[in-house]
Amino acid sequence: MNGHAVATIYKREMQRFRRTIVQSLVAPVISTSLYFVVFGAAIGSRIDQVEGVSYGAYIVPGLIMLTVMMQGTTNSAIAIYFPKYMGAIYEMLAAPVNFFEVTLGLVGAAMTKALIIGTIILGTSFFFVEISILHPFAMVGFLLLTCLSFALLGFIIGIWANSFEQLNLVPQLILTPLIFLGGSFYSASMLPPFWQGLIHLNPVFYLISGFRWSFFGQSDVAVGTSLFAIAIFTAVCLGVIAWIFRTGWRLRA
Amino acid sequence: MAAMIEVENLRKTYDGGFEALKGVSLSIEEGEILALLGPNGAGKTTLISTICGITEPTSGTIRVGGFDAATNPKAARRQIGIVPQEVNIDMYAKVWDSLAFTRGLWGKPRDDAHIEKVLRQLSLWDKKDGNVMSLSGGMKRRVLIGKALSHEPNVLFLDEPTAGVDVELRKGMWEVVEELRQAGTTIILTTHYLEEAEAMADRIAVITGGEIRLVERKDTLMRRMGHKTLTIELAESIGTLPPVLAEKGVVMEGPQTLSYSYDSASGNTGITRLLTAIRDEGLKLADLSTKQSSLEEIFVGLVHEDDKEKEAAE
Ligand SMILES: Nc1ncnc2c1ncn2[C@@H]1O[C@H](COP(=O)(O)OP(=O)(O)OP(=O)(O)O)[C@@H](O)[C@H]1O
Ligand SMILES: [Mg+2]
Repeated sequence: MNGHAVATIYKREMQRFRRTIVQSLVAPVISTSLYFVVFGAAIGSRIDQVEGVSYGAYIVPGLIMLTVMMQGTTNSAIAIYFPKYMGAIYEMLAAPVNFFEVTLGLVGAAMTKALIIGTIILGTSFFFVEISILHPFAMVGFLLLTCLSFALLGFIIGIWANSFEQLNLVPQLILTPLIFLGGSFYSASMLPPFWQGLIHLNPVFYLISGFRWSFFGQSDVAVGTSLFAIAIFTAVCLGVIAWIFRTGWRLRA
Repeated sequence: MAAMIEVENLRKTYDGGFEALKGVSLSIEEGEILALLGPNGAGKTTLISTICGITEPTSGTIRVGGFDAATNPKAARRQIGIVPQEVNIDMYAKVWDSLAFTRGLWGKPRDDAHIEKVLRQLSLWDKKDGNVMSLSGGMKRRVLIGKALSHEPNVLFLDEPTAGVDVELRKGMWEVVEELRQAGTTIILTTHYLEEAEAMADRIAVITGGEIRLVERKDTLMRRMGHKTLTIELAESIGTLPPVLAEKGVVMEGPQTLSYSYDSASGNTGITRLLTAIRDEGLKLADLSTKQSSLEEIFVGLVHEDDKEKEAAE
Protein backbone atom coordinates (compact mmCIF):
# COMPACT_ATOMS: atom_id res chain seq x y z
CA MET A 1 0.00 0.00 0.00
CA ASN A 2 1.44 3.35 -1.09
CA GLY A 3 0.11 5.34 1.87
CA HIS A 4 2.17 8.39 1.01
CA ALA A 5 0.50 8.57 -2.37
CA VAL A 6 -3.00 8.32 -0.92
CA ALA A 7 -2.23 11.06 1.61
CA THR A 8 -0.65 13.20 -1.11
CA ILE A 9 -3.67 12.93 -3.40
CA TYR A 10 -6.09 13.54 -0.55
CA LYS A 11 -4.21 16.57 0.75
CA ARG A 12 -3.98 18.20 -2.63
CA GLU A 13 -7.71 17.89 -3.16
CA MET A 14 -8.43 19.35 0.26
CA GLN A 15 -6.03 22.19 -0.46
CA ARG A 16 -8.01 22.96 -3.60
CA PHE A 17 -11.18 22.95 -1.53
CA ARG A 18 -9.69 25.45 0.91
CA ARG A 19 -8.76 27.76 -1.94
CA THR A 20 -12.41 27.99 -3.00
CA ILE A 21 -14.01 27.47 0.37
CA VAL A 22 -16.28 30.49 0.23
CA GLN A 23 -17.95 29.54 -3.06
CA SER A 24 -18.04 25.91 -2.02
CA LEU A 25 -19.95 26.65 1.14
CA VAL A 26 -22.02 29.72 0.40
CA ALA A 27 -23.77 28.34 -2.69
CA PRO A 28 -25.26 25.25 -1.02
CA VAL A 29 -26.24 27.20 2.09
CA ILE A 30 -28.10 29.77 0.01
CA SER A 31 -29.91 27.19 -2.09
CA THR A 32 -30.89 25.17 0.98
CA SER A 33 -32.24 28.27 2.65
CA LEU A 34 -34.33 28.90 -0.46
CA TYR A 35 -35.69 25.37 -0.27
CA PHE A 36 -36.69 25.97 3.32
CA VAL A 37 -38.46 29.17 2.43
CA VAL A 38 -40.29 27.71 -0.56
CA PHE A 39 -40.98 24.14 0.56
CA GLY A 40 -41.06 24.65 4.27
CA ALA A 41 -42.88 27.94 4.58
CA ALA A 42 -45.04 28.12 1.45
CA ILE A 43 -45.97 24.46 0.98
CA GLY A 44 -45.54 23.56 4.63
CA SER A 45 -48.27 25.98 5.61
CA ARG A 46 -50.71 23.79 3.66
CA ILE A 47 -49.38 20.36 4.65
CA ASP A 48 -48.98 20.57 8.34
CA GLN A 49 -47.69 17.10 9.16
CA VAL A 50 -46.24 14.06 7.44
CA GLU A 51 -46.17 10.92 9.54
CA GLY A 52 -46.44 12.98 12.67
CA VAL A 53 -43.59 15.33 11.83
CA SER A 54 -44.03 18.95 10.76
CA TYR A 55 -43.41 19.29 7.00
CA GLY A 56 -40.61 21.79 7.54
CA ALA A 57 -38.72 19.28 9.66
CA TYR A 58 -39.72 16.33 7.46
CA ILE A 59 -37.82 17.69 4.46
CA VAL A 60 -34.57 18.35 6.38
CA PRO A 61 -33.06 14.88 5.79
CA GLY A 62 -34.06 15.07 2.11
CA LEU A 63 -32.47 18.48 1.72
CA ILE A 64 -29.24 17.37 3.34
CA MET A 65 -29.18 14.31 1.09
CA LEU A 66 -29.88 16.41 -1.98
CA THR A 67 -26.88 18.62 -1.29
CA VAL A 68 -24.57 15.83 -0.21
CA MET A 69 -25.35 13.72 -3.27
CA MET A 70 -24.87 16.61 -5.66
CA GLN A 71 -21.67 17.75 -3.96
CA GLY A 72 -20.21 14.28 -3.60
CA THR A 73 -20.86 13.52 -7.25
CA THR A 74 -19.65 16.77 -8.78
CA ASN A 75 -16.60 17.08 -6.53
CA SER A 76 -15.26 13.69 -7.36
CA ALA A 77 -16.22 13.95 -11.03
CA ILE A 78 -14.18 17.14 -11.29
CA ALA A 79 -11.31 15.68 -9.26
CA ILE A 80 -10.68 13.02 -11.91
CA TYR A 81 -11.92 14.90 -14.99
CA PHE A 82 -9.69 17.91 -14.39
CA PRO A 83 -6.30 16.10 -14.55
CA LYS A 84 -7.63 14.06 -17.46
CA TYR A 85 -8.52 17.26 -19.30
CA MET A 86 -5.21 18.96 -18.45
CA GLY A 87 -3.24 15.85 -19.35
CA ALA A 88 -1.77 15.80 -15.86
CA ILE A 89 -3.30 12.34 -15.41
CA TYR A 90 -0.13 10.88 -16.95
CA GLU A 91 1.46 11.14 -13.54
CA MET A 92 -1.16 9.05 -11.82
CA LEU A 93 -0.96 6.45 -14.59
CA ALA A 94 2.84 6.25 -14.42
CA ALA A 95 3.14 6.40 -10.64
CA PRO A 96 3.46 3.29 -8.48
CA VAL A 97 -0.16 3.52 -7.35
CA ASN A 98 -3.02 1.16 -8.01
CA PHE A 99 -6.66 1.90 -8.67
CA PHE A 100 -7.60 1.47 -5.06
CA GLU A 101 -5.12 4.08 -3.87
CA VAL A 102 -6.08 6.69 -6.44
CA THR A 103 -9.75 6.13 -5.72
CA LEU A 104 -9.17 6.27 -1.99
CA GLY A 105 -7.39 9.62 -2.26
CA LEU A 106 -9.73 11.33 -4.71
CA VAL A 107 -13.01 9.84 -3.52
CA GLY A 108 -11.95 10.24 0.11
CA ALA A 109 -11.44 13.95 -0.43
CA ALA A 110 -14.72 14.34 -2.32
CA MET A 111 -16.46 12.51 0.53
CA THR A 112 -14.90 14.79 3.12
CA LYS A 113 -16.01 17.88 1.26
CA ALA A 114 -19.56 16.57 0.91
CA LEU A 115 -19.58 15.69 4.57
CA ILE A 116 -18.47 19.16 5.61
CA ILE A 117 -21.14 20.75 3.43
CA GLY A 118 -23.80 18.32 4.69
CA THR A 119 -22.96 19.23 8.28
CA ILE A 120 -23.24 22.92 7.49
CA ILE A 121 -26.63 22.38 5.87
CA LEU A 122 -27.78 20.52 8.96
CA GLY A 123 -26.56 23.47 11.03
CA THR A 124 -28.42 25.88 8.75
CA SER A 125 -31.67 23.94 9.10
CA PHE A 126 -31.66 24.54 12.85
CA PHE A 127 -32.31 28.19 12.06
CA PHE A 128 -35.48 27.34 10.19
CA VAL A 129 -37.12 24.43 11.98
CA GLU A 130 -37.04 22.55 15.20
CA ILE A 131 -35.57 19.10 14.75
CA SER A 132 -34.23 16.41 16.98
CA ILE A 133 -32.14 13.46 15.86
CA LEU A 134 -33.28 10.13 17.31
CA HIS A 135 -30.33 8.01 16.19
CA PRO A 136 -27.34 10.32 15.77
CA PHE A 137 -24.82 7.52 15.10
CA ALA A 138 -26.99 5.96 12.43
CA MET A 139 -27.46 9.45 10.98
CA VAL A 140 -23.69 9.89 10.65
CA GLY A 141 -23.42 6.39 9.21
CA PHE A 142 -26.01 7.01 6.51
CA LEU A 143 -24.44 10.36 5.73
CA LEU A 144 -21.04 8.71 5.27
CA LEU A 145 -22.48 5.97 3.07
CA THR A 146 -24.22 8.54 0.92
CA CYS A 147 -21.06 10.59 0.53
CA LEU A 148 -19.13 7.46 -0.38
CA SER A 149 -21.52 5.95 -2.87
CA PHE A 150 -22.19 9.19 -4.73
CA ALA A 151 -18.54 10.18 -4.75
CA LEU A 152 -17.91 6.82 -6.43
CA LEU A 153 -20.67 7.50 -8.94
CA GLY A 154 -19.16 10.92 -9.66
CA PHE A 155 -15.77 9.35 -10.16
CA ILE A 156 -17.18 7.11 -12.87
CA ILE A 157 -18.91 10.08 -14.52
CA GLY A 158 -15.65 12.07 -14.42
CA ILE A 159 -13.74 9.28 -16.15
CA TRP A 160 -16.49 8.74 -18.68
CA ALA A 161 -16.98 12.43 -19.56
CA ASN A 162 -15.23 13.68 -22.67
CA SER A 163 -16.24 17.31 -22.37
CA PHE A 164 -17.19 19.91 -19.81
CA GLU A 165 -20.77 19.78 -21.11
CA GLN A 166 -21.05 16.12 -20.27
CA LEU A 167 -19.41 16.72 -16.94
CA ASN A 168 -21.96 19.38 -16.08
CA LEU A 169 -25.08 17.92 -17.59
CA VAL A 170 -24.88 14.25 -16.74
CA PRO A 171 -24.85 14.51 -12.95
CA GLN A 172 -27.89 16.75 -13.20
CA LEU A 173 -29.55 14.52 -15.74
CA ILE A 174 -29.04 11.44 -13.57
CA LEU A 175 -29.25 12.93 -10.12
CA THR A 176 -32.13 15.37 -10.39
CA PRO A 177 -34.73 12.71 -11.27
CA LEU A 178 -33.23 10.20 -8.85
CA ILE A 179 -33.38 12.70 -6.03
CA PHE A 180 -36.80 14.14 -6.79
CA LEU A 181 -38.28 10.72 -7.45
CA GLY A 182 -36.55 9.30 -4.39
CA GLY A 183 -38.86 10.70 -1.77
CA SER A 184 -36.71 13.64 -0.76
CA PHE A 185 -39.66 15.90 -0.12
CA TYR A 186 -42.50 13.44 0.48
CA SER A 187 -43.25 9.97 1.80
CA ALA A 188 -43.49 7.14 -0.69
CA SER A 189 -46.89 6.31 0.75
CA MET A 190 -48.16 9.61 -0.67
CA LEU A 191 -47.54 8.37 -4.26
CA PRO A 192 -49.92 6.49 -6.58
CA PRO A 193 -49.26 2.68 -6.67
CA PHE A 194 -47.34 2.68 -10.00
CA TRP A 195 -44.82 5.23 -8.75
CA GLN A 196 -44.57 3.46 -5.42
CA GLY A 197 -43.37 0.38 -7.28
CA LEU A 198 -40.95 2.32 -9.42
CA ILE A 199 -39.43 4.17 -6.52
CA HIS A 200 -38.15 0.87 -5.14
CA LEU A 201 -35.65 0.70 -8.01
CA ASN A 202 -34.13 4.01 -7.00
CA PRO A 203 -31.06 3.78 -4.75
CA VAL A 204 -31.67 7.32 -3.51
CA PHE A 205 -35.00 6.21 -2.09
CA TYR A 206 -33.28 3.73 0.26
CA LEU A 207 -30.71 6.26 1.36
CA ILE A 208 -33.29 8.91 2.15
CA SER A 209 -35.57 6.46 3.86
CA GLY A 210 -32.78 5.24 6.11
CA PHE A 211 -31.51 8.73 6.74
CA ARG A 212 -34.95 9.97 7.64
CA TRP A 213 -35.38 7.04 9.99
CA SER A 214 -32.25 8.16 11.88
CA PHE A 215 -33.96 11.51 12.49
CA PHE A 216 -37.57 10.56 13.19
CA GLY A 217 -37.63 6.81 13.77
CA GLN A 218 -39.97 6.19 10.83
CA SER A 219 -39.15 4.99 7.37
CA ASP A 220 -40.68 3.82 4.12
CA VAL A 221 -38.67 0.59 4.15
CA ALA A 222 -36.93 -1.39 6.89
CA VAL A 223 -33.53 0.02 7.85
CA GLY A 224 -31.84 -3.29 7.04
CA THR A 225 -33.27 -3.17 3.53
CA SER A 226 -31.95 0.37 3.15
CA LEU A 227 -28.46 -0.69 4.18
CA PHE A 228 -28.55 -3.69 1.87
CA ALA A 229 -29.62 -1.59 -1.12
CA ILE A 230 -26.91 0.99 -0.45
CA ALA A 231 -24.28 -1.71 -0.07
CA ILE A 232 -25.24 -3.09 -3.48
CA PHE A 233 -25.14 0.35 -5.09
CA THR A 234 -21.70 1.04 -3.59
CA ALA A 235 -20.39 -2.37 -4.64
CA VAL A 236 -21.57 -1.84 -8.22
CA CYS A 237 -19.79 1.53 -8.39
CA LEU A 238 -16.60 0.03 -6.95
CA GLY A 239 -16.79 -2.85 -9.40
CA VAL A 240 -17.11 -0.46 -12.33
CA ILE A 241 -14.13 1.57 -11.10
CA ALA A 242 -12.00 -1.54 -10.64
CA TRP A 243 -12.86 -2.58 -14.19
CA ILE A 244 -11.99 0.91 -15.51
CA PHE A 245 -8.57 0.86 -13.92
CA ARG A 246 -7.85 -2.68 -15.03
CA THR A 247 -8.75 -2.02 -18.64
CA GLY A 248 -7.67 1.62 -18.70
CA TRP A 249 -11.01 2.57 -20.26
CA ARG A 250 -11.01 6.29 -21.14
CA LEU A 251 -7.77 6.70 -19.18
CA ARG A 252 -5.07 4.84 -21.08
CA ALA A 253 -4.72 4.81 -24.85
CA MET B 1 26.44 -4.35 -16.24
CA ALA B 2 22.81 -5.32 -15.76
CA ALA B 3 20.07 -4.25 -18.16
CA MET B 4 17.93 -1.54 -16.58
CA ILE B 5 15.27 -1.63 -19.27
CA GLU B 6 14.48 -4.67 -21.30
CA VAL B 7 11.83 -4.51 -23.96
CA GLU B 8 11.02 -7.57 -25.99
CA ASN B 9 8.91 -7.69 -29.11
CA LEU B 10 6.72 -4.81 -27.98
CA ARG B 11 3.70 -4.11 -30.12
CA LYS B 12 1.13 -1.37 -29.82
CA THR B 13 -1.96 -1.07 -31.93
CA TYR B 14 -4.08 1.95 -31.07
CA ASP B 15 -7.87 1.69 -30.83
CA GLY B 16 -8.30 3.05 -34.33
CA GLY B 17 -6.29 0.07 -35.63
CA PHE B 18 -3.04 1.94 -36.25
CA GLU B 19 0.05 -0.08 -35.39
CA ALA B 20 2.47 2.41 -33.83
CA LEU B 21 5.01 -0.15 -32.55
CA LYS B 22 5.78 -3.17 -34.67
CA GLY B 23 7.71 -5.50 -32.42
CA VAL B 24 10.31 -3.30 -30.73
CA SER B 25 13.13 -4.98 -28.81
CA LEU B 26 15.59 -2.85 -26.91
CA SER B 27 17.91 -3.30 -23.98
CA ILE B 28 19.31 -0.37 -22.02
CA GLU B 29 22.15 -0.80 -19.56
CA GLU B 30 22.19 0.64 -16.10
CA GLY B 31 23.74 4.10 -16.04
CA GLU B 32 23.57 4.45 -19.80
CA ILE B 33 22.20 7.40 -21.74
CA LEU B 34 20.27 6.45 -24.84
CA ALA B 35 19.02 8.96 -27.37
CA LEU B 36 16.00 7.92 -29.36
CA LEU B 37 15.93 9.62 -32.73
CA GLY B 38 13.22 9.45 -35.32
CA PRO B 39 10.99 11.64 -37.47
CA ASN B 40 7.55 12.85 -36.34
CA GLY B 41 5.16 9.99 -35.85
CA ALA B 42 7.92 7.37 -35.66
CA GLY B 43 6.62 5.98 -32.36
CA LYS B 44 9.05 7.53 -29.88
CA THR B 45 6.40 8.82 -27.51
CA THR B 46 4.38 5.63 -27.87
CA LEU B 47 7.42 3.56 -26.92
CA ILE B 48 8.19 5.70 -23.89
CA SER B 49 4.56 5.87 -22.73
CA THR B 50 4.20 2.14 -23.00
CA ILE B 51 7.31 1.45 -20.95
CA CYS B 52 6.11 3.92 -18.31
CA GLY B 53 2.63 2.41 -18.05
CA ILE B 54 0.76 5.38 -19.51
CA THR B 55 -0.18 3.47 -22.65
CA GLU B 56 -1.35 -0.13 -22.62
CA PRO B 57 0.88 -2.46 -24.68
CA THR B 58 -0.86 -4.76 -27.14
CA SER B 59 1.75 -7.50 -26.68
CA GLY B 60 5.35 -8.03 -25.67
CA THR B 61 7.21 -7.78 -22.39
CA ILE B 62 8.73 -4.87 -20.50
CA ARG B 63 11.14 -5.22 -17.61
CA VAL B 64 12.40 -2.29 -15.56
CA GLY B 65 15.24 -2.94 -13.13
CA GLY B 66 14.44 -6.64 -13.48
CA PHE B 67 10.76 -6.20 -12.57
CA ASP B 68 8.12 -7.21 -15.07
CA ALA B 69 5.89 -4.22 -15.74
CA ALA B 70 2.82 -6.40 -16.26
CA THR B 71 3.10 -8.64 -13.20
CA ASN B 72 4.90 -6.29 -10.81
CA PRO B 73 3.89 -2.82 -11.97
CA LYS B 74 4.57 -1.00 -8.72
CA ALA B 75 8.15 -2.17 -8.40
CA ALA B 76 8.77 -1.36 -12.06
CA ARG B 77 7.23 2.09 -11.86
CA ARG B 78 8.98 3.10 -8.68
CA GLN B 79 12.22 3.18 -10.71
CA ILE B 80 10.90 5.51 -13.38
CA GLY B 81 10.65 9.26 -13.74
CA ILE B 82 8.97 10.61 -16.84
CA VAL B 83 9.01 13.98 -18.55
CA PRO B 84 6.23 14.01 -21.16
CA GLN B 85 6.51 15.72 -24.50
CA GLU B 86 3.41 17.85 -23.97
CA VAL B 87 3.23 20.37 -21.16
CA ASN B 88 0.63 18.38 -19.24
CA ILE B 89 0.50 20.01 -15.89
CA ASP B 90 -1.92 21.46 -13.37
CA MET B 91 -1.65 25.16 -14.22
CA TYR B 92 -3.20 26.30 -10.97
CA ALA B 93 -0.70 24.57 -8.71
CA LYS B 94 2.31 26.32 -7.26
CA VAL B 95 5.67 25.20 -8.62
CA TRP B 96 6.83 23.89 -5.26
CA ASP B 97 3.57 22.04 -4.60
CA SER B 98 3.69 20.51 -8.04
CA LEU B 99 7.07 18.89 -7.34
CA ALA B 100 6.11 17.86 -3.83
CA PHE B 101 2.95 16.25 -5.19
CA THR B 102 4.86 14.07 -7.64
CA ARG B 103 7.29 13.02 -4.94
CA GLY B 104 4.41 11.97 -2.71
CA LEU B 105 2.72 10.13 -5.54
CA TRP B 106 5.84 7.99 -5.92
CA GLY B 107 5.58 7.16 -2.23
CA LYS B 108 8.68 9.04 -1.13
CA PRO B 109 8.65 10.82 2.24
CA ARG B 110 8.72 14.60 2.21
CA ASP B 111 12.20 16.04 1.63
CA ASP B 112 12.30 19.81 1.27
CA ALA B 113 16.07 19.86 0.84
CA HIS B 114 15.84 17.63 -2.21
CA ILE B 115 13.05 19.67 -3.81
CA GLU B 116 15.08 22.82 -3.22
CA LYS B 117 18.13 21.23 -4.83
CA VAL B 118 16.13 20.24 -7.92
CA LEU B 119 14.53 23.67 -8.25
CA ARG B 120 17.91 25.38 -8.01
CA GLN B 121 19.45 22.97 -10.48
CA LEU B 122 16.74 23.90 -12.99
CA SER B 123 16.95 27.65 -12.25
CA LEU B 124 13.40 27.64 -10.93
CA TRP B 125 14.11 28.51 -7.32
CA ASP B 126 12.88 32.11 -7.56
CA LYS B 127 9.64 30.86 -9.12
CA LYS B 128 8.86 28.30 -6.46
CA ASP B 129 5.86 30.15 -5.03
CA GLY B 130 4.41 31.16 -8.38
CA ASN B 131 1.59 29.35 -10.17
CA VAL B 132 2.67 27.16 -13.05
CA MET B 133 0.34 29.25 -15.20
CA SER B 134 2.48 32.35 -14.63
CA LEU B 135 5.62 30.72 -16.09
CA SER B 136 6.95 30.92 -19.62
CA GLY B 137 6.78 27.86 -21.87
CA GLY B 138 10.40 26.89 -21.31
CA MET B 139 9.98 27.25 -17.57
CA LYS B 140 6.91 25.02 -17.59
CA ARG B 141 8.95 22.40 -19.37
CA ARG B 142 11.56 22.65 -16.65
CA VAL B 143 8.85 22.19 -14.02
CA LEU B 144 7.99 18.92 -15.75
CA ILE B 145 11.62 17.87 -15.47
CA GLY B 146 11.65 18.94 -11.84
CA LYS B 147 8.59 16.83 -11.16
CA ALA B 148 10.30 13.77 -12.60
CA LEU B 149 13.46 14.43 -10.60
CA SER B 150 11.55 15.12 -7.40
CA HIS B 151 11.30 11.42 -6.56
CA GLU B 152 14.91 10.50 -7.36
CA PRO B 153 14.24 7.96 -10.12
CA ASN B 154 16.77 5.35 -11.24
CA VAL B 155 15.59 5.67 -14.83
CA LEU B 156 14.59 8.94 -16.39
CA PHE B 157 12.61 9.28 -19.61
CA LEU B 158 12.87 12.66 -21.29
CA ASP B 159 10.54 13.12 -24.24
CA GLU B 160 11.99 16.08 -26.13
CA PRO B 161 13.20 17.83 -22.99
CA THR B 162 14.66 20.82 -24.79
CA ALA B 163 11.91 21.64 -27.27
CA GLY B 164 11.13 25.30 -26.75
CA VAL B 165 14.00 25.86 -24.34
CA ASP B 166 16.48 28.63 -25.16
CA VAL B 167 20.10 27.93 -26.08
CA GLU B 168 21.60 28.84 -22.76
CA LEU B 169 19.17 26.74 -20.80
CA ARG B 170 19.55 23.89 -23.24
CA LYS B 171 23.22 23.77 -22.32
CA GLY B 172 22.17 24.01 -18.68
CA MET B 173 19.96 21.01 -19.20
CA TRP B 174 22.81 19.03 -20.70
CA GLU B 175 24.71 19.76 -17.52
CA VAL B 176 21.82 18.49 -15.43
CA VAL B 177 21.83 15.30 -17.49
CA GLU B 178 25.58 14.99 -16.99
CA GLU B 179 25.15 15.32 -13.21
CA LEU B 180 22.48 12.64 -13.29
CA ARG B 181 24.72 10.39 -15.32
CA GLN B 182 27.43 10.77 -12.72
CA ALA B 183 24.92 9.86 -10.03
CA GLY B 184 24.26 6.66 -11.99
CA THR B 185 20.83 7.47 -13.43
CA THR B 186 19.85 5.66 -16.60
CA ILE B 187 18.43 8.12 -19.13
CA ILE B 188 16.38 7.68 -22.27
CA LEU B 189 15.74 10.85 -24.22
CA THR B 190 14.14 11.70 -27.52
CA THR B 191 15.25 14.64 -29.54
CA HIS B 192 15.24 16.03 -33.04
CA TYR B 193 18.60 17.72 -32.55
CA LEU B 194 21.61 15.69 -33.57
CA GLU B 195 23.79 18.09 -31.62
CA GLU B 196 21.90 17.18 -28.50
CA ALA B 197 22.20 13.45 -28.97
CA GLU B 198 25.87 14.02 -29.66
CA ALA B 199 26.35 16.04 -26.50
CA MET B 200 24.57 13.67 -24.14
CA ALA B 201 24.13 10.14 -25.38
CA ASP B 202 26.26 7.02 -25.07
CA ARG B 203 24.16 5.17 -27.60
CA ILE B 204 21.74 6.26 -30.27
CA ALA B 205 18.70 4.37 -31.45
CA VAL B 206 16.90 5.30 -34.64
CA ILE B 207 13.21 4.49 -34.91
CA THR B 208 11.01 4.98 -37.97
CA GLY B 209 7.55 3.66 -38.69
CA GLY B 210 7.33 1.87 -35.35
CA GLU B 211 10.50 -0.16 -35.85
CA ILE B 212 13.96 0.28 -34.42
CA ARG B 213 16.22 0.64 -37.44
CA LEU B 214 19.51 0.79 -35.66
CA VAL B 215 21.07 0.98 -32.23
CA GLU B 216 24.67 1.95 -32.13
CA ARG B 217 27.28 3.52 -29.91
CA LYS B 218 27.45 7.23 -30.50
CA ASP B 219 31.12 7.36 -31.52
CA THR B 220 30.61 4.68 -34.15
CA LEU B 221 27.59 6.44 -35.50
CA MET B 222 29.15 9.90 -35.49
CA ARG B 223 31.92 8.53 -37.63
CA ARG B 224 29.37 7.32 -40.11
CA MET B 225 27.60 10.61 -39.96
CA GLY B 226 30.59 12.91 -40.00
CA HIS B 227 30.01 13.99 -43.54
CA LYS B 228 30.26 17.75 -44.02
CA THR B 229 30.22 20.18 -46.89
CA LEU B 230 32.39 23.30 -47.09
CA THR B 231 30.97 26.03 -49.30
CA ILE B 232 33.40 28.61 -50.61
CA GLU B 233 32.15 31.94 -51.94
CA LEU B 234 34.65 33.72 -54.16
CA ALA B 235 35.05 37.49 -54.42
CA GLU B 236 35.22 37.36 -58.21
CA SER B 237 33.70 35.09 -60.86
CA ILE B 238 35.86 32.48 -62.50
CA GLY B 239 35.25 30.85 -65.88
CA THR B 240 36.56 27.38 -65.23
CA LEU B 241 37.65 25.45 -62.18
CA PRO B 242 41.46 25.34 -61.87
CA PRO B 243 42.59 21.69 -62.35
CA VAL B 244 44.52 21.75 -59.04
CA LEU B 245 41.28 22.25 -57.20
CA ALA B 246 39.33 19.76 -59.29
CA GLU B 247 41.94 17.16 -58.38
CA LYS B 248 41.23 17.72 -54.73
CA GLY B 249 37.55 16.99 -55.21
CA VAL B 250 36.25 20.56 -55.39
CA VAL B 251 33.04 21.03 -57.33
CA MET B 252 31.92 24.21 -59.02
CA GLU B 253 28.40 25.14 -57.94
CA GLY B 254 28.28 28.48 -59.75
CA PRO B 255 30.64 31.14 -61.20
CA GLN B 256 31.49 32.32 -57.67
CA THR B 257 30.65 29.25 -55.60
CA LEU B 258 32.73 26.15 -54.93
CA SER B 259 31.95 23.24 -52.68
CA TYR B 260 34.07 20.59 -51.00
CA SER B 261 32.92 17.49 -49.15
CA TYR B 262 34.96 15.95 -46.38
CA ASP B 263 34.75 13.68 -43.37
CA SER B 264 34.89 15.82 -40.25
CA ALA B 265 35.72 12.84 -38.04
CA SER B 266 38.84 11.85 -39.98
CA GLY B 267 42.18 13.26 -38.81
CA ASN B 268 42.99 14.69 -42.21
CA THR B 269 40.17 16.70 -43.71
CA GLY B 270 42.35 18.28 -46.41
CA ILE B 271 40.95 21.75 -45.69
CA THR B 272 44.31 23.38 -44.98
CA ARG B 273 45.79 22.06 -48.22
CA LEU B 274 42.70 23.16 -50.12
CA LEU B 275 42.86 26.70 -48.77
CA THR B 276 46.58 26.91 -49.56
CA ALA B 277 45.86 25.81 -53.13
CA ILE B 278 43.15 28.45 -53.47
CA ARG B 279 45.57 31.14 -52.32
CA ASP B 280 48.27 29.86 -54.68
CA GLU B 281 45.80 30.13 -57.57
CA GLY B 282 45.35 33.78 -56.62
CA LEU B 283 41.62 33.44 -55.88
CA LYS B 284 40.07 35.80 -53.29
CA LEU B 285 37.63 34.46 -50.71
CA ALA B 286 34.40 36.30 -49.90
CA ASP B 287 32.91 33.80 -47.43
CA LEU B 288 33.20 30.29 -46.07
CA SER B 289 30.52 28.10 -44.54
CA THR B 290 30.19 24.48 -43.56
CA LYS B 291 27.06 22.40 -43.44
CA GLN B 292 26.51 19.11 -41.73
CA SER B 293 24.08 16.62 -43.22
CA SER B 294 20.73 17.20 -41.53
CA LEU B 295 19.34 14.58 -39.24
CA GLU B 296 16.58 13.91 -41.71
CA GLU B 297 19.16 13.17 -44.45
CA ILE B 298 21.06 10.94 -42.10
CA PHE B 299 17.92 9.02 -41.24
CA VAL B 300 17.13 8.50 -44.85
CA GLY B 301 20.73 7.48 -45.50
CA LEU B 302 20.83 5.07 -42.59
CA VAL B 303 17.53 3.46 -43.28
CA HIS B 304 18.39 3.12 -46.92
CA GLU B 305 21.77 1.60 -46.10
CA ASP B 306 20.14 -0.69 -43.62
CA ASP B 307 17.60 -1.92 -46.15
CA LYS B 308 20.36 -2.56 -48.67
CA GLU B 309 22.30 -4.58 -46.11
CA LYS B 310 19.20 -6.61 -45.39
CA GLU B 311 18.64 -7.24 -49.08
CA ALA B 312 22.25 -8.23 -49.49
CA ALA B 313 21.93 -10.67 -46.63
CA GLU B 314 18.91 -12.35 -48.17
N1 LIG C 1 -3.77 7.92 -28.89
C1 LIG C 1 -3.50 7.59 -30.15
N2 LIG C 1 -4.45 7.03 -30.93
C2 LIG C 1 -4.19 6.68 -32.21
N3 LIG C 1 -3.01 6.86 -32.81
C3 LIG C 1 -2.02 7.42 -32.10
C4 LIG C 1 -2.21 7.81 -30.74
N4 LIG C 1 -1.06 8.35 -30.28
C5 LIG C 1 -0.19 8.29 -31.31
N5 LIG C 1 -0.76 7.73 -32.40
C6 LIG C 1 -0.11 7.49 -33.69
O1 LIG C 1 1.03 6.67 -33.50
C7 LIG C 1 2.12 7.12 -34.29
C8 LIG C 1 3.33 7.37 -33.42
O2 LIG C 1 3.08 8.49 -32.60
P1 LIG C 1 4.12 9.01 -31.54
O3 LIG C 1 3.47 10.07 -30.75
O4 LIG C 1 4.64 7.85 -30.78
O5 LIG C 1 5.26 9.61 -32.48
P2 LIG C 1 6.60 10.35 -32.07
O6 LIG C 1 7.72 9.54 -32.62
O7 LIG C 1 6.63 10.63 -30.63
O8 LIG C 1 6.49 11.69 -32.92
P3 LIG C 1 6.93 13.20 -32.56
O9 LIG C 1 8.35 13.36 -32.95
O10 LIG C 1 6.04 14.02 -33.44
O11 LIG C 1 6.68 13.42 -31.12
C9 LIG C 1 1.62 8.34 -35.05
O12 LIG C 1 1.27 7.93 -36.34
C10 LIG C 1 0.40 8.78 -34.29
O13 LIG C 1 -0.55 9.35 -35.14
MG1 LIG D 1 6.61 12.28 -29.52
